[in-house]
Amino acid sequence: MTNLVVPQQAAAATRTRPPGEPLLKVEGLVKHFPVRSGLFGAKQHVRAVDGIDFTVDPGETLGVVGESGCGKTTTGRMLVRLLEPTSGKITFEGRDITHMNRSSLRPLRQDMQIIFQDPYSSLNPRHTVGRIVAMPLSVNGIEPAGGVKKRVQELLEIVGLNPEHYNRYPHEFSGGQRQRIGVARALALKPKMIVADEPVSALDVSIQAQVINLLRDLQREFNLAFVFIAHDLAVVRHFCERIAVMYLGKIVEVGSRQQIYEQPSHPYTKALLSAVPDVTKLGASLGRIRLEGDVPTPINPPSGCRFRTRCWKAQDLCAQVEPPLDPKPNGSIAACHFPEVGPLR
Amino acid sequence: MTTPQTAHGGAYLQVRDLRVQFSTEDGVVRAVDGVSFSVDRGQTLGIVGESGSGKSVSSLAVLGLHDPKKSRISGEILVNGRNVVGLDDNELRKLRGRDVAMIFQDPLSSLHPYYTIGKQIVAAYRIHHPNASKSLARKHAIDMLGRVGIPQPAKRIDGYPHEFSGGMRQRAMIAMALVNDPDLLIADEPTTALDVTVQAQILDLIEDLQRDFNAAVILITHDLGVVSQIADDVLVMYAGRVAEYGSAEQVLRQAQHPYTWGLLASVPSLHGDADEDLKPIKGNPPSLINVPPGCAFHPRCRYAMLNGGPCDIEVPQLLPLLATHEPGHTVACHLPERQRKSIYEQDIAAVGVAI
Amino acid sequence: MLRFILKRSLIAILTLWAISSVTFFVFFALPANPAETMCGKNCDVRTIAAIQKNLGMDKPLPKQYLDYHAGLFVGRDFERQGREAQHCPAPCLAYSFRTNEPVTSIIGRAWPVTASIVVGGAVIWLTVGISLGMFSALRRGTVFDKTAIAFSLVGASMPIYVFAILLLATFVFGLHLLPYPHFVGLLEDPVGWVKALILPWFALAFIFAAQYARLSRSQMLETLSEDYIRTARAIGLSKRTVHLKHAFRAAITPIVTIAGIDIGGALGGAVITETIFGLQGMGWYAVRAIPNLNFPVIMATVLVAAFFLVAANVIVDCLYAVIDPRVKLN
Repeated sequence: MTNLVVPQQAAAATRTRPPGEPLLKVEGLVKHFPVRSGLFGAKQHVRAVDGIDFTVDPGETLGVVGESGCGKTTTGRMLVRLLEPTSGKITFEGRDITHMNRSSLRPLRQDMQIIFQDPYSSLNPRHTVGRIVAMPLSVNGIEPAGGVKKRVQELLEIVGLNPEHYNRYPHEFSGGQRQRIGVARALALKPKMIVADEPVSALDVSIQAQVINLLRDLQREFNLAFVFIAHDLAVVRHFCERIAVMYLGKIVEVGSRQQIYEQPSHPYTKALLSAVPDVTKLGASLGRIRLEGDVPTPINPPSGCRFRTRCWKAQDLCAQVEPPLDPKPNGSIAACHFPEVGPLR
Repeated sequence: MTTPQTAHGGAYLQVRDLRVQFSTEDGVVRAVDGVSFSVDRGQTLGIVGESGSGKSVSSLAVLGLHDPKKSRISGEILVNGRNVVGLDDNELRKLRGRDVAMIFQDPLSSLHPYYTIGKQIVAAYRIHHPNASKSLARKHAIDMLGRVGIPQPAKRIDGYPHEFSGGMRQRAMIAMALVNDPDLLIADEPTTALDVTVQAQILDLIEDLQRDFNAAVILITHDLGVVSQIADDVLVMYAGRVAEYGSAEQVLRQAQHPYTWGLLASVPSLHGDADEDLKPIKGNPPSLINVPPGCAFHPRCRYAMLNGGPCDIEVPQLLPLLATHEPGHTVACHLPERQRKSIYEQDIAAVGVAI
Repeated sequence: MLRFILKRSLIAILTLWAISSVTFFVFFALPANPAETMCGKNCDVRTIAAIQKNLGMDKPLPKQYLDYHAGLFVGRDFERQGREAQHCPAPCLAYSFRTNEPVTSIIGRAWPVTASIVVGGAVIWLTVGISLGMFSALRRGTVFDKTAIAFSLVGASMPIYVFAILLLATFVFGLHLLPYPHFVGLLEDPVGWVKALILPWFALAFIFAAQYARLSRSQMLETLSEDYIRTARAIGLSKRTVHLKHAFRAAITPIVTIAGIDIGGALGGAVITETIFGLQGMGWYAVRAIPNLNFPVIMATVLVAAFFLVAANVIVDCLYAVIDPRVKLN
């Protein structure tokens, strides 16, 4: 019986992707930052992102989660080419954009936008909101039908801001409203995909929910694809259909929301979920998985499976052989020699 | 679990009708506006609120850390029975770090970048043990570092804050706070800057140490999840006032204030239907210079003025629940108790947030 | 540390070489001939040619360039018309076009003057400026603070020569308390040294002190709002200890950098102060050498100034690493 179930679930994981070309395809993406350490230290590399593959379909929401230093932000910045990849390949709509130059990138920038974490520092304080939101239009020399001002007011309305506040400055808005301005700016060019890097983590709890709902509405309305980068698993669960979990520059597990949150295969995913404090459970840290220590340095990551130094299931094999990302009995694709089997808890 | 009511008797820390105001160029900021709470040794009080709710300002007032020239503080803060409001700095200094210790949100910026961890802990120890020799203080510091789970404490003690990871830094901060064996530990967003797995470690550590030291703990946070994990009592603050106060069980499982409901419903959770929209609280937190009249929450409250009530005129008092017989559970809301109960059962509990 | 110092010294030497080369070529690219300037009113082509030969300017430019730099390290010989060649030992900075005096001996005479002015001035501007700034930050909003701000505004906007004349008028001509500023060797007569130079010190310090007061005040205010200051208070340290040990040390760091560079810069010649008081320091010589196209002197003052600036930079970087453990020297 179990023998039958396993391949079926594995097939389900691959079947979640609709037929046709993915919007974004990432293959073997690597980013190493050179550093020099010590007095006579040789040049070393921070292996921020160390060979990752994933795809995003049109209109799909992919969540990228992991702790600080796992490479999720670096990945996001490479996707929109704010950082130059060390190696690997990024394909957007069938075109290789990995090392495309500025002028060829321009049309791409219209299709792919980024929203940042900090709504305070990502808006120029000396520009009016109207000018900020219109910036992508003017930079790309686009004159929308009905004029720039009308389009900007339309955008402000879409993100739930008063269009009459066109002439105000960022400091006159609250944190949540500023993030809405950032979203309006990202939408100005009618992108096909948005990379959102921790878009709500700087916001107050009651405001977070407003912005998440807004992004969800926009995603559905405009059939936007999202790469949603966050450390908060609960937020990602509400936003993303598919989730990639990163650890030390590698993807350790990819799966559907149900696979990741209800029957994770990778011990790290399980530990992450277990660490999230849960309002519905008072007290009782019993039965929780507690990871020991810190994430190792990405300059010199552990051999074999990178998670093995903190993994309660690690064996000799884990230090010797790096586990490949392949389908696991629980349905997701994970990189683990001894995957979890069965539902969480 | 002790209810706040029983604690009020001789609790280690009792805050009564605390008011803290700052005068600024734009007007008077009423950062804390009539707040009372108490916490006893061995107990943890979680203070929940968003930015500008007055939660951090209240705790800094306990340590007397507000500049007396710029702030006006009234009310009573009884630390072990002694009122510390209005004490001069020399008296307060004896209290700080020895009776009441504090840890902060960002351990990197909260530790001096130019001094080693050890030097800072030794300084914290010797200020209250002036006769202790340097080597004794250092030994003490190493013990403390070991106790908060820093590996190789005898070696790490000579490290600088920037050489520690975020979690280790917060551990060092905790070691520094506990080196004088304080009776009250105030933790202001101690895990907000940390990763979730490290957050879990630090919360466990605070819980363990509280047991060992039998200290009273105040945990200030915006994260209801964190509070639910280690708090015995919960105080929900909004715009400098108390919205709801009671045991964790009461506040998180039978919430009575629409603001608490709003918080519970807007927090994304790992359970329930993920495709369902979150239920955010509309609008933004108010400016503390210009707090809305009446109930400060009424402009954002879904249930305000349901009975044509005085929500926009009269500040609701923090009153105990009568009908449900929940000792120690107090709420500041004009909605009649029965109505609140039925709204909670129909609208809030049904969402599946806090069953 | 050693590796850092070696590396920085190498860069320093390269910098000095680049500066001397640029100065050299700029000077020769100028459409002016020092020989003509020196020749005076009754001048003919032969005299000019003779002077040029005397100055060594008859040789091709690359040769002059090489000779000059060789002189710096190994010394060189100067041809002298009708006389035997004159040997100029290393470090040879050539001879003044005007007085034919070796430039090294001019520098040897001028530099103690400049150094005396700058050292005395720096002591005053650092103590006055930093303490004024720090105290006004600690007493923010008080009368003291407001007075200090007013002082720094006046200091920043008042030209140094106005202040210098005020000083002279008051202390020298009015009260007859001090002699007219002149140079006295420190070792010969320490009291006289102070008396003779105290006015230039204050004149030089005035503007700097104002600048440093402003800078220290803002640095201190910034530091006082740091989280670690709150922590220091929260563990029960007294305000005094917090201010002296925790705030001051952090606030002073960027000031050390700027002070190093200001002092280094001034050691190359406190031009205005020297000129106003007629003190024959580096700046005084430089100012006189320029209209005379006295190339060796200009070149030497530029090199000396550059040397101190570069050296100050290296020292500041090393100091920085000592003060701030987060800085690694590489």
